[in-house]
Amino acid sequence: MPSIGAKMKENAVNKKRPVNLDFKTIDLPLPALVSIMHRASGVVIFVGIPILLWVLSCSLESESSFNSLKEVLDGFVVTVIVWGVVGALMYHIAAGVKHLLMDVGIGETLEGGLRGARITILVSVILIIFVGVWLW
Amino acid sequence: MVANVTSFGRSGVYDWLIQRVSAVAVGLYVFILAGYLITHPGLGYEQWHAFMSCGAMRIASTLALLATLAHAWIGLWVITTDYVTNALVRVACQSACGLAAAIYLVWGVQILWGL
Repeated sequence: MPSIGAKMKENAVNKKRPVNLDFKTIDLPLPALVSIMHRASGVVIFVGIPILLWVLSCSLESESSFNSLKEVLDGFVVTVIVWGVVGALMYHIAAGVKHLLMDVGIGETLEGGLRGARITILVSVILIIFVGVWLW
Repeated sequence: MVANVTSFGRSGVYDWLIQRVSAVAVGLYVFILAGYLITHPGLGYEQWHAFMSCGAMRIASTLALLATLAHAWIGLWVITTDYVTNALVRVACQSACGLAAAIYLVWGVQILWGL
Protein backbone atom coordinates (compact mmCIF):
# COMPACT_ATOMS: atom_id res chain seq x y z
CA MET A 1 0.00 0.00 0.00
CA PRO A 2 1.65 3.30 -0.99
CA SER A 3 1.37 6.12 1.52
CA ILE A 4 -1.05 8.98 0.92
CA GLY A 5 1.87 11.34 0.33
CA ALA A 6 3.39 9.12 -2.34
CA LYS A 7 -0.01 8.76 -4.00
CA MET A 8 -0.53 12.53 -4.03
CA LYS A 9 2.91 12.99 -5.54
CA GLU A 10 2.14 10.45 -8.24
CA ASN A 11 -1.12 12.21 -9.05
CA ALA A 12 0.60 15.56 -9.25
CA VAL A 13 3.18 14.20 -11.68
CA ASN A 14 0.74 12.27 -13.83
CA LYS A 15 -1.88 14.98 -13.95
CA LYS A 16 -2.35 16.25 -17.46
CA ARG A 17 -1.07 19.79 -17.36
CA PRO A 18 -1.11 22.23 -20.24
CA VAL A 19 2.20 22.55 -22.04
CA ASN A 20 2.88 25.77 -23.88
CA LEU A 21 5.82 25.75 -26.25
CA ASP A 22 4.59 28.44 -28.61
CA PHE A 23 7.47 30.91 -28.33
CA LYS A 24 5.40 33.73 -29.82
CA THR A 25 2.96 33.62 -26.90
CA ILE A 26 5.53 33.18 -24.12
CA ASP A 27 6.05 36.55 -22.48
CA LEU A 28 9.22 36.40 -20.40
CA PRO A 29 9.61 38.92 -17.58
CA LEU A 30 12.78 41.03 -17.85
CA PRO A 31 14.79 39.11 -15.21
CA ALA A 32 14.07 35.85 -17.08
CA LEU A 33 15.18 37.45 -20.35
CA VAL A 34 18.40 38.67 -18.71
CA SER A 35 18.97 35.14 -17.38
CA ILE A 36 18.45 33.32 -20.69
CA MET A 37 20.63 35.91 -22.46
CA HIS A 38 23.35 35.21 -19.89
CA ARG A 39 23.32 31.60 -21.10
CA ALA A 40 23.13 32.54 -24.76
CA SER A 41 26.00 35.04 -24.46
CA GLY A 42 28.09 32.34 -22.75
CA VAL A 43 27.61 30.05 -25.75
CA VAL A 44 28.44 32.93 -28.14
CA ILE A 45 31.69 33.60 -26.25
CA PHE A 46 32.69 29.90 -26.32
CA VAL A 47 32.08 29.75 -30.07
CA GLY A 48 33.93 33.09 -30.45
CA ILE A 49 37.05 32.09 -28.48
CA PRO A 50 38.90 31.01 -31.69
CA ILE A 51 38.32 34.51 -33.08
CA LEU A 52 39.75 36.11 -29.94
CA LEU A 53 42.72 33.69 -29.98
CA TRP A 54 43.29 34.50 -33.65
CA VAL A 55 43.31 38.23 -32.87
CA LEU A 56 45.73 37.64 -29.98
CA SER A 57 47.96 35.46 -32.14
CA CYS A 58 48.11 38.03 -34.97
CA SER A 59 48.79 40.87 -32.53
CA LEU A 60 51.77 39.08 -30.96
CA GLU A 61 53.35 37.05 -33.77
CA SER A 62 55.33 39.78 -35.51
CA GLU A 63 55.36 43.44 -36.41
CA SER A 64 53.91 42.69 -39.85
CA SER A 65 51.12 40.45 -38.55
CA PHE A 66 50.32 43.18 -35.99
CA ASN A 67 50.03 45.74 -38.78
CA SER A 68 47.95 43.50 -41.04
CA LEU A 69 45.61 42.84 -38.09
CA LYS A 70 45.20 46.60 -37.74
CA GLU A 71 44.35 46.78 -41.44
CA VAL A 72 41.80 43.97 -41.14
CA LEU A 73 40.21 45.71 -38.14
CA ASP A 74 39.97 48.91 -40.17
CA GLY A 75 37.51 47.01 -42.37
CA PHE A 76 33.93 46.25 -41.46
CA VAL A 77 33.00 42.54 -41.38
CA VAL A 78 35.76 41.24 -39.08
CA THR A 79 35.39 44.20 -36.74
CA VAL A 80 31.64 43.56 -36.41
CA ILE A 81 32.33 39.90 -35.56
CA VAL A 82 34.97 40.85 -32.96
CA TRP A 83 32.59 43.48 -31.57
CA GLY A 84 29.86 40.82 -31.32
CA VAL A 85 32.06 38.42 -29.34
CA VAL A 86 33.53 41.11 -27.06
CA GLY A 87 30.03 42.60 -26.67
CA ALA A 88 28.70 39.19 -25.60
CA LEU A 89 31.57 39.05 -23.09
CA MET A 90 30.64 42.50 -21.72
CA TYR A 91 27.01 41.43 -21.31
CA HIS A 92 28.07 38.12 -19.74
CA ILE A 93 30.28 39.95 -17.21
CA ALA A 94 27.53 42.47 -16.33
CA ALA A 95 24.96 39.69 -15.84
CA GLY A 96 27.59 37.67 -13.95
CA VAL A 97 28.21 40.50 -11.48
CA LYS A 98 24.45 40.65 -10.88
CA HIS A 99 24.49 36.87 -10.33
CA LEU A 100 27.32 37.12 -7.76
CA LEU A 101 25.54 39.99 -5.95
CA MET A 102 22.39 37.87 -5.75
CA ASP A 103 24.52 34.98 -4.41
CA VAL A 104 25.42 37.16 -1.41
CA GLY A 105 21.79 38.16 -0.97
CA ILE A 106 21.62 41.53 -2.74
CA GLY A 107 18.57 42.17 -4.92
CA GLU A 108 16.81 38.89 -4.26
CA THR A 109 13.33 40.34 -3.87
CA LEU A 110 10.85 40.65 -6.75
CA GLU A 111 11.51 44.38 -7.09
CA GLY A 112 15.25 43.88 -6.52
CA GLY A 113 15.38 41.27 -9.29
CA LEU A 114 13.68 43.63 -11.73
CA ARG A 115 15.94 46.52 -10.75
CA GLY A 116 19.03 44.29 -11.10
CA ALA A 117 17.89 43.18 -14.55
CA ARG A 118 17.36 46.78 -15.66
CA ILE A 119 20.79 47.83 -14.36
CA THR A 120 22.37 44.83 -16.13
CA ILE A 121 20.83 45.90 -19.45
CA LEU A 122 21.84 49.53 -18.95
CA VAL A 123 25.44 48.76 -17.91
CA SER A 124 25.99 46.24 -20.71
CA VAL A 125 24.57 48.58 -23.38
CA ILE A 126 27.01 51.29 -22.21
CA LEU A 127 29.92 48.81 -22.21
CA ILE A 128 29.02 47.42 -25.66
CA ILE A 129 28.78 50.93 -27.15
CA PHE A 130 32.12 51.79 -25.52
CA VAL A 131 33.78 48.69 -27.06
CA GLY A 132 32.31 49.63 -30.46
CA VAL A 133 33.67 53.17 -30.21
CA TRP A 134 37.08 51.84 -29.13
CA LEU A 135 37.21 49.37 -32.04
CA TRP A 136 36.43 52.05 -34.64
CA MET B 1 24.09 13.20 -3.43
CA VAL B 2 23.80 13.66 -7.14
CA ALA B 3 27.06 12.70 -8.78
CA ASN B 4 27.38 12.92 -12.54
CA VAL B 5 30.49 11.63 -14.28
CA THR B 6 30.37 14.31 -16.97
CA SER B 7 30.29 17.31 -14.61
CA PHE B 8 33.53 19.22 -14.09
CA GLY B 9 34.13 18.94 -10.35
CA ARG B 10 32.22 15.62 -10.01
CA SER B 11 29.73 17.29 -7.68
CA GLY B 12 27.35 20.23 -7.93
CA VAL B 13 28.92 21.97 -4.94
CA TYR B 14 32.40 21.91 -6.50
CA ASP B 15 31.00 23.07 -9.84
CA TRP B 16 29.11 25.88 -8.11
CA LEU B 17 32.29 27.09 -6.40
CA ILE B 18 34.61 26.65 -9.41
CA GLN B 19 32.10 28.55 -11.54
CA ARG B 20 32.27 31.56 -9.21
CA VAL B 21 36.01 31.55 -8.51
CA SER B 22 36.80 31.25 -12.23
CA ALA B 23 34.28 34.02 -13.01
CA VAL B 24 36.02 36.42 -10.63
CA ALA B 25 39.45 35.45 -12.01
CA VAL B 26 38.44 36.04 -15.64
CA GLY B 27 36.62 39.24 -14.66
CA LEU B 28 39.78 40.60 -13.04
CA TYR B 29 41.89 39.64 -16.05
CA VAL B 30 39.50 41.35 -18.49
CA PHE B 31 39.54 44.42 -16.22
CA ILE B 32 43.37 44.55 -16.24
CA LEU B 33 43.59 44.01 -20.01
CA ALA B 34 40.88 46.59 -20.76
CA GLY B 35 42.57 49.04 -18.39
CA TYR B 36 45.89 48.60 -20.19
CA LEU B 37 44.36 49.03 -23.65
CA ILE B 38 42.37 52.13 -22.61
CA THR B 39 45.39 53.79 -20.99
CA HIS B 40 47.64 53.07 -24.00
CA PRO B 41 45.98 54.58 -27.10
CA GLY B 42 47.92 54.16 -30.33
CA LEU B 43 49.69 51.12 -28.88
CA GLY B 44 52.56 49.84 -31.02
CA TYR B 45 53.75 46.28 -31.58
CA GLU B 46 56.96 46.51 -29.50
CA GLN B 47 55.19 47.84 -26.41
CA TRP B 48 52.26 45.41 -26.67
CA HIS B 49 54.59 42.45 -27.20
CA ALA B 50 56.75 43.47 -24.21
CA PHE B 51 53.66 43.78 -22.00
CA MET B 52 52.15 40.42 -22.99
CA SER B 53 55.44 38.50 -22.81
CA CYS B 54 56.48 39.66 -19.33
CA GLY B 55 56.34 36.84 -16.78
CA ALA B 56 53.42 38.18 -14.76
CA MET B 57 51.20 38.68 -17.81
CA ARG B 58 52.09 35.29 -19.27
CA ILE B 59 51.06 33.59 -16.04
CA ALA B 60 47.93 35.76 -15.70
CA SER B 61 46.90 35.05 -19.31
CA THR B 62 47.46 31.30 -18.90
CA LEU B 63 45.44 31.23 -15.67
CA ALA B 64 42.67 33.30 -17.30
CA LEU B 65 42.58 30.81 -20.19
CA LEU B 66 42.34 27.84 -17.79
CA ALA B 67 39.66 29.60 -15.73
CA THR B 68 37.70 30.44 -18.89
CA LEU B 69 37.73 26.84 -20.06
CA ALA B 70 36.71 25.42 -16.64
CA HIS B 71 33.95 28.05 -16.46
CA ALA B 72 32.82 27.27 -20.01
CA TRP B 73 32.77 23.54 -19.39
CA ILE B 74 30.52 23.93 -16.33
CA GLY B 75 28.22 26.38 -18.14
CA LEU B 76 27.94 24.25 -21.26
CA TRP B 77 27.40 21.14 -19.14
CA VAL B 78 24.50 22.86 -17.37
CA ILE B 79 22.99 24.03 -20.66
CA THR B 80 23.33 20.66 -22.39
CA THR B 81 21.90 18.73 -19.41
CA ASP B 82 18.96 21.19 -19.34
CA TYR B 83 18.04 21.21 -23.01
CA VAL B 84 19.40 18.01 -24.57
CA THR B 85 17.36 15.20 -23.07
CA ASN B 86 18.59 12.40 -25.31
CA ALA B 87 21.62 10.93 -23.50
CA LEU B 88 23.48 9.94 -26.66
CA VAL B 89 23.07 13.34 -28.32
CA ARG B 90 23.98 15.06 -25.05
CA VAL B 91 27.21 13.11 -24.61
CA ALA B 92 28.04 13.86 -28.26
CA CYS B 93 27.48 17.60 -27.65
CA GLN B 94 29.54 17.52 -24.47
CA SER B 95 32.33 15.62 -26.21
CA ALA B 96 32.41 18.25 -28.95
CA CYS B 97 32.62 20.99 -26.30
CA GLY B 98 35.41 19.12 -24.51
CA LEU B 99 37.35 18.70 -27.74
CA ALA B 100 36.96 22.40 -28.56
CA ALA B 101 38.09 23.36 -25.05
CA ALA B 102 41.17 21.12 -25.34
CA ILE B 103 42.07 22.66 -28.71
CA TYR B 104 41.63 26.18 -27.31
CA LEU B 105 43.91 25.28 -24.41
CA VAL B 106 46.76 23.97 -26.55
CA TRP B 107 46.42 26.80 -29.07
CA GLY B 108 46.28 29.45 -26.33
CA VAL B 109 49.35 28.08 -24.54
CA GLN B 110 51.16 27.97 -27.88
CA ILE B 111 50.38 31.67 -28.50
CA LEU B 112 51.29 32.77 -24.97
CA TRP B 113 54.48 30.75 -24.46
CA GLY B 114 55.76 30.48 -28.01
CA LEU B 115 56.51 34.19 -28.28
